Amino acid sequence: MRIFRILIAKPGLDGHDRGAKVVAHALRDAGFEVIYTGLRQTPEQIVRTALQEDVDLIGLSILSGAHLQLSKKVIDLMKKEGIEHIPVFVGGIIPPDDVPQLLQMGVKRVFGPGTPLSKIVEEVKSILQEGVASTGGS
Amino acid sequence: MDHKTLAKLITQIENNPELAPEIVGRFPEHQSKVIGFTGSPGVGKSSLIDRVIRWIRNKDLSVAVVAIDPSSPFSKGAFLGDRIRMRDHFVDEKVFIRSMASRGALGGLCDAVFDVVNLLEASGFDYVLVETVGVGQSEVEISNLADLTVLVLSPGLGDDVQMLKAGVMEIADLYVVNKSDLPESDTLYTQLLAFISLAGKSEEQLCKTSSHTLDGVQELVEKIEKLWQFFHDNGTLRHRRKKRTQHHAEHILRKMIQQVMYSIGDYQVEDPYEFVELALSKLCKIHSKNGQGGGI
Repeated sequence: MRIFRILIAKPGLDGHDRGAKVVAHALRDAGFEVIYTGLRQTPEQIVRTALQEDVDLIGLSILSGAHLQLSKKVIDLMKKEGIEHIPVFVGGIIPPDDVPQLLQMGVKRVFGPGTPLSKIVEEVKSILQEGVASTGGS
Repeated sequence: MDHKTLAKLITQIENNPELAPEIVGRFPEHQSKVIGFTGSPGVGKSSLIDRVIRWIRNKDLSVAVVAIDPSSPFSKGAFLGDRIRMRDHFVDEKVFIRSMASRGALGGLCDAVFDVVNLLEASGFDYVLVETVGVGQSEVEISNLADLTVLVLSPGLGDDVQMLKAGVMEIADLYVVNKSDLPESDTLYTQLLAFISLAGKSEEQLCKTSSHTLDGVQELVEKIEKLWQFFHDNGTLRHRRKKRTQHHAEHILRKMIQQVMYSIGDYQVEDPYEFVELALSKLCKIHSKNGQGGGI
């Protein structure tokens, strides 16, 4: 049986990972294998981790306000490494006005403050389903 | 092999173990130094491995790490957090780190780890370091996988009576008192010295490290190298590799049995012996259908 692997990563310099841990815990309880990288990761470290761990999904938690720059950098590096097929979602303090830009960059979903965990789990499942449908599974 | 290909192959092996012989068989034979790190949760295994990687990299050798954390018995999910301590090496081309979930295996490892270690060896790494889940007293599987097992201890986990207990205290080739920057570590070291002499082991097998101050890490790496060479030269290594093959086979068999039990379904048979008969006949049927080595 296939178990999906999800990377939860915190790029940038903010030092708050309560949210990332809560989401990681919820995903663990939903039956996913969650790899957590810890605080203050560079986009390079995150992309290398995603590659070595062969994850099915990447979640970025950003509270610093630099979500546009950091998400773009991660997605650009993923293209460079040839793993841009891995879907990315972003969570954290994201002003609603920035959401369209993130989605346009290729981010699949954006979860702002107050998003219920059940919704995150549900959306994560739906993103993974989309991925399986488009590649025919593996 | 590039890390992306290697990572994909590991996933294939993890999800479809029956593909492993073919996948590993694609590569020429190569032997790495396979070193196991085990110990209770929180003694600092991951941080110590991080420092050991540094020393290995100083010699310009390559290293792969397999870090195992437990799967939930309820959701089958897992939180894999060993990597956090090894972040300095994420972008190093000669370091490959892979987190694995135990996926129901007992003994401190996961079933796929035997094939994954074979693959990492065949990919040409100089060192393969395996970190077990945080173990209790009886998880000793690592000693059936690694060429050499390092038991990591830290102060605060009990008195010297714990050292007399059978199980994990017996399997180590090297005993490490980690967190030696803490004052209580001296007591632990003394207790360990007494245990070592009781157990008929050598003081050479004892080491004091601190991932915080880096004290003792170089000494530990030197001891690992020296002992590995000693095992290599005196035939211990050959013997251990044979033992590893046998335990690998045992894991494959156990997995097959689990799958057959699962396919029979819960609570279908009242009598356990009847259940065994049913499971055995199913196993034989599957085996004859698939020929040898086939999956279920």
